[in-house]
This record gives sequence, C-alpha cells and structure tokens, in this order.
Amino acid sequence: MPNILEAQNLVKNYDSFTAVKGISFDIKEGEIFSLLGPNGAGKTTTISMLSTLYTPTSGDATIGGHSITKEPMAVKGVIGVVPQEIALYEDLTAKENLVFWGQMYGLSGKSLNSRVDEVLEQIGLTDKAKNRVKTYSGGMKRRVNIGVGLLHKPRLLFMDEPTVGIDPQSRRAILDTVKDLNKQGMTVLYTTHYMEEAAELSNRVGIIDHGELIALGTQDELTKQVGETETLILHIGENEDPDALAKAVSAVEGVQKADVTDNEVSVITADAKDILAAVVTKANERGIKIRSMDIREPNLEAVFLHLTGRALRD
Amino acid sequence: MTKLLLIGIKDLKLMFRDRAALILILLAPFLLTLGMGLVTGRFSGNSGSGISDIPIVIVNLDNDSLGDALVNVFNSDDLAELVEPTLSEDSEAARRLVDEDEVAAAIIIPKGFTQSVIPQNGNNAANEEVKIEFYSNPSRPTSAGIIKAILDGFMARLDEMQLSGMTSISQLIVSGRLSPQDANQAGEEMGARLQQAGNLSEATAIKLNTSTSEGEAVEFDLLSYFAPGMALMFLMYTVSYGGRSILAEKAEGTLPRLLISPTNSLQVLGGKVFGIFLTGAAQMLILIGASSLLFRLQWGDPLGVLLLVLAAVFGATGWGLLITALARTPAQIGSVGAAVMLIFAMLGGSFVSLDNLPAYVQTIGKITPNAWAMDGFTTLALGGTLSALSTPLLALLTMGILLFLVSALLFGKKNLVQK
Repeated sequence: MPNILEAQNLVKNYDSFTAVKGISFDIKEGEIFSLLGPNGAGKTTTISMLSTLYTPTSGDATIGGHSITKEPMAVKGVIGVVPQEIALYEDLTAKENLVFWGQMYGLSGKSLNSRVDEVLEQIGLTDKAKNRVKTYSGGMKRRVNIGVGLLHKPRLLFMDEPTVGIDPQSRRAILDTVKDLNKQGMTVLYTTHYMEEAAELSNRVGIIDHGELIALGTQDELTKQVGETETLILHIGENEDPDALAKAVSAVEGVQKADVTDNEVSVITADAKDILAAVVTKANERGIKIRSMDIREPNLEAVFLHLTGRALRD
Repeated sequence: MTKLLLIGIKDLKLMFRDRAALILILLAPFLLTLGMGLVTGRFSGNSGSGISDIPIVIVNLDNDSLGDALVNVFNSDDLAELVEPTLSEDSEAARRLVDEDEVAAAIIIPKGFTQSVIPQNGNNAANEEVKIEFYSNPSRPTSAGIIKAILDGFMARLDEMQLSGMTSISQLIVSGRLSPQDANQAGEEMGARLQQAGNLSEATAIKLNTSTSEGEAVEFDLLSYFAPGMALMFLMYTVSYGGRSILAEKAEGTLPRLLISPTNSLQVLGGKVFGIFLTGAAQMLILIGASSLLFRLQWGDPLGVLLLVLAAVFGATGWGLLITALARTPAQIGSVGAAVMLIFAMLGGSFVSLDNLPAYVQTIGKITPNAWAMDGFTTLALGGTLSALSTPLLALLTMGILLFLVSALLFGKKNLVQK
C-alpha cells in the first residue's frame, strides 16, 4: 500500500524547550498506526503539527501528497481530527454541533443532512440528537467528538487519546468504532498511553518518549527487541523501600534488569519461574515484604520499559 | 464569507442560549430603565424631562415684531421651567458667556431680521439673507440640542408662513387679481395680518414639544435618555462577553478545531467579530423594540436609530476586541470588561447627562461609544433627522476602525492556538 503520510525530521521548539526532536515515520494507506508514549512524550504536539495547527520549527510532512507547511488547506481536506479534549459547543445539541462542523468542512444542503444522520447512527446517538451536549455523559460527549471528525469522510483520521477519562463501556465502544472505520478503509493515526489499546488496534506502533521516536514497527518486531524475556512485577507495601529491593534483586543470577515504579519493582529475566525463589529470599534478607507478584509475557509495556527504564504510566 | 457568517450566527445562537448572559444583556438594562422611570415618575403621569432651567442668553438686535416674538417664545410660561433666558444687547458678551460655560447657548437675532422675512414700506430687504445666529456650548450637547430644537420649530413656522404668503401672492398675480406692481404692498399687508392673527404666537406654543421636519410632534421623554443609556452600558458587557468567547473557545478547544478545519484564521477571527457585532446589534434592537412597545418610548427617526445602533455597536465591538487582544484569560476579560462597562457608562453619560459633568470629564468621555451614541439618541429623541447624526456616526465609525486596526496588530502578536 502507498504511504498516505510521510513525516521527515519534524521538530517543534517552544523557546528553549524542544517538545518534538526530529521525528520521522510513514503511515500506509489503510492501516492503524499508533503513537504510544507517556503523557508529555510529544504525541499531541506531533498530531498538532501534522494537522497544520502548529507550524514545525523544522522538518516537514506530506499527507496525501500535500506538504503540511506549504499546502495546509489541501492537507485539511484529507484529514479528520478527533482532539484529546472534547471540542464541542455544549449549549448546542449534538445535531446542531454536527451540522455546524459539517458546514465548516464545506458540506451543505441534502448531503450535509444525510451525512449528519449517518454519523449520528454510527455513534449511536440518533435518539438523543436533539439534546444539548451539556446534558450528555462523558462517554456520549466523546462519541460526538469523534463524530465531528468523521463528517467529511476523511482519508486519514487523527485520534488523539480519545479514551481518556471515560468508563470502560464507552472505551470499548470507541475502540470498536476505530476498528469499524478501519475496516471501511479509513487510515487511522491513534495516539495513546494505554499499551493495551495500541496492542489491540494497531498494525504498527511508534513508541515516543521525550519527543523522540525510540522504536517503530509491528508488535512482533518491537517485542523481539526485548528478546525472549519475561517481566516479573513485584508489588510491595507503601512503607517498603523499592530501590533497596531493586538493588538486591539485581544481584540474583539470571536477572537482566530491575527498575522501580512507585511501589513496584519490574524485573526482566529470561524465565521468571527460575528466579522466583531467589528473589523472595533477597527480599526477606532485606526485611522487605512482597505483597504479590505478576509474570508478564513480552509486550509493548516491556518494550517501553526495556528502552527507557521506566513504565509507560510514569 | 459563508463560513464567517456561519460562525457569527453560531455565536449569536450560543449567546441567546446562555440564560445568565440574557439576564445581563436584556433583562438588566430593561429593569434598570423601568426603575429609572418609576423613580422619576415617568409612569405616574409626571413626564418632566429631568432637565430644567437651561441657561441661555438672547441678544435681540432686531427689535422688531419677529425678534420680539422669538424672545417671547423663550419667555413663555410653557417654557418657564425648562429655559432660563437672559437678555443681552452685546453679541460678543453673549458668546463669551457660552465660551465660559455660563450658559448652554446664545441666540443672536440680527438687526433687520423681521425686515428680511416680512418686507415693509417698499423695502426689498427680503432678498438679503439675515440669519439668526445660534451659538451653542459643545460641553452641554443635550441642553443646547433642546434649545436648538425650539429655535428650529420657530423657524420652521416662519418658513411655512413666508412660503405660503409668497405662494398666495404668486397665485394672485397669475390669476390677474393682483398686478406685479402691487405685490410688495400686498405682501406687507399679509405679513401684518398674519402677525395680528396670532399665527406666530402659535409658533410659540412649542413647549418642550418641537416639530420634526414632517411636522410630527415629538416629546422629549426622560426615558429617551435613560433607555439608551442603560442599553449602551450593557452593550459594553455584550461586546466584552463576545470577546471573552474568543479566549474561551481557545481554552475549550473549539477554536483550534476551527483552525484545523478548512477555514483560514481570518475567516475564524472575522466570524467571531461578526458574532460580537451581531449579538450587540440584536441586543440594542430588542431593547429599543421592547421599550417602544412597553413604555411607548419614541426613539425618533427609525432609519437614524438603526444607523446609530449599527455605528454604536461597531464602535463598542472595537473596544471589546481591544480588551480581548490585551487580556490573557477569559476571566481577565470578564473583570476588565465589567470595569470598562461601568467606567464608560459614567464617562459616557449613561447615568447622568454629560451636561452636568465637568468639562474635562466630558472631554475624556469622548473616547467612549456611550457618549457619542447618547448624543445621537438624544438628537433623534428631540426630533433630529439623519443629517443631524453625521458627527456621532462619523465619530463611532472612526473609533471602531481605529480600535479594529490596533486590535488586529495585537492579535497578530497573540497566539490564539497554543494554550
């Protein structure tokens, strides 16, 4: 499939702070591409540059063959954007919002009305279309927020953390909507700090941290970077010293790496079962009480941990 | 252009769905006007203007029948409470009294005025134009406006009489009943008879009622002062509220979303400005319509009122934009906007007639749209027509254009995208 998006060395500086440090990646037509990274990693700034809202300090990108710096209006016609915050007029009804935003994308007359009805059906709000948005639940608002981005049937949809702050049921509905849109042929750039969402949705994932793209590939390609390892997560009490435990555990034979996150110690090893007894012994020697343990197969979380030494939620 | 209109109409719709805003932009000015009416007895039959004992000086150099008639107009019982005339024989001294802000106006009736209107004793002086001089005090526009309206009423009656006399004589000549040689004599006699018949004394019954050019009676009503005063005060709230919506949309993410759509930044900002203008105009027209219907308030020439409303809203929108361009947060606009609303209301004569304020306050007040618009609304309420509005209209439009340009420069330096 041809590339619908090609980003080359995108940089964004705010005074002395560099939010995005030369990111380059491609998105193929028809795929779901996720940018996975913790809060403040530069995901929203990247999407803001790609959607022509921010001008890159340097670098460029083409979307649908149009440069974001030289042909922003042409780019706007190719993309749809679902921003992280709910950008709607709360005193207007869902239908009035969709009609207004449809008009902003150049829709009018019968095509506007039929498209608004289709989108209302798609987001499951036909029955409540005439209620003001301010009367909706957070999940319903999120769905309208997504609906606005779909009105003009964009070839490439940017979704910036669309599941932040909503209930599991609404989150499930949004993930299913993303998959449905992709099945219908829409290319999606999805940003998230939830490893599970990136894992479930994406054909390819770019891992971003501190404004840099530190890994890029399919899930298989990325997890292979970690090697055939497992992650043993040690949960300890609030009054315990995780750094002391990590230091002690690092000395156990077979432990490749031990990192601290809050009251957890993540231990990377080839086979977690082989080190369990030794780890417990070391903890007892230090007087640290382990409350519970998890063994995790290699996943994107482990990749991030492997690459940065920190958990995604840090 | 379509998107600009759509954004403006959307903002108008949002404003009229905000109950708190509606209370402030419509209900509050309406209730305050009602309160003013009750306090001043407007609704209990006492329809006094609240403006009284306007000091003027009259210099009657004519010392003939019409000059005396005009002096009598201002000394009549009907105007006794409204006007406090003094007589002088020195034109320069009279002008000086105006310059020194001792009186609201000087009326100088030149020598030969009566002769110029009604030629007598074969004298053809009627061909020479002899004009009454009205020397007004710019720092007392309302009082001077009232005196001017009375004078205009007198002059209009004189014109009518002169015209009808000339027409009658012409018809007599054409019909052969009067020879051209006798026309002058006939004119003199007609003029004398008109004076004796008391037609001029009817002209003196002007009271506070003056005549518009259409001859329609117009009463200067106290509410004609307070209603626009309150409407203009809360117009300043509306424009700052509109400006606030620009920063609120930025904070709520709808402004960036608009900028991501295929809509350029000029269309977006233009649409927001249009929305402020539209809302302000709707507010003013609703208040004017409501006060006309419920208080039976006469605002004056409808076209003049409409143009003045549009110009006032334009000028006020300029201020709203400037406040927005200088503020960093919606809350700042809210507090600064409220302060500006009150200060402009005081400086612009929304509470107290500018005539009663010191000269320097009146000068400072000229920076407010309130002052110019109040000037215009008072002129209209006194029966003035569109031509009398040129100064306030020009001032308001100039104010709006200047403020738009300054705001545009400031907006150019302001980041409306990033938080």
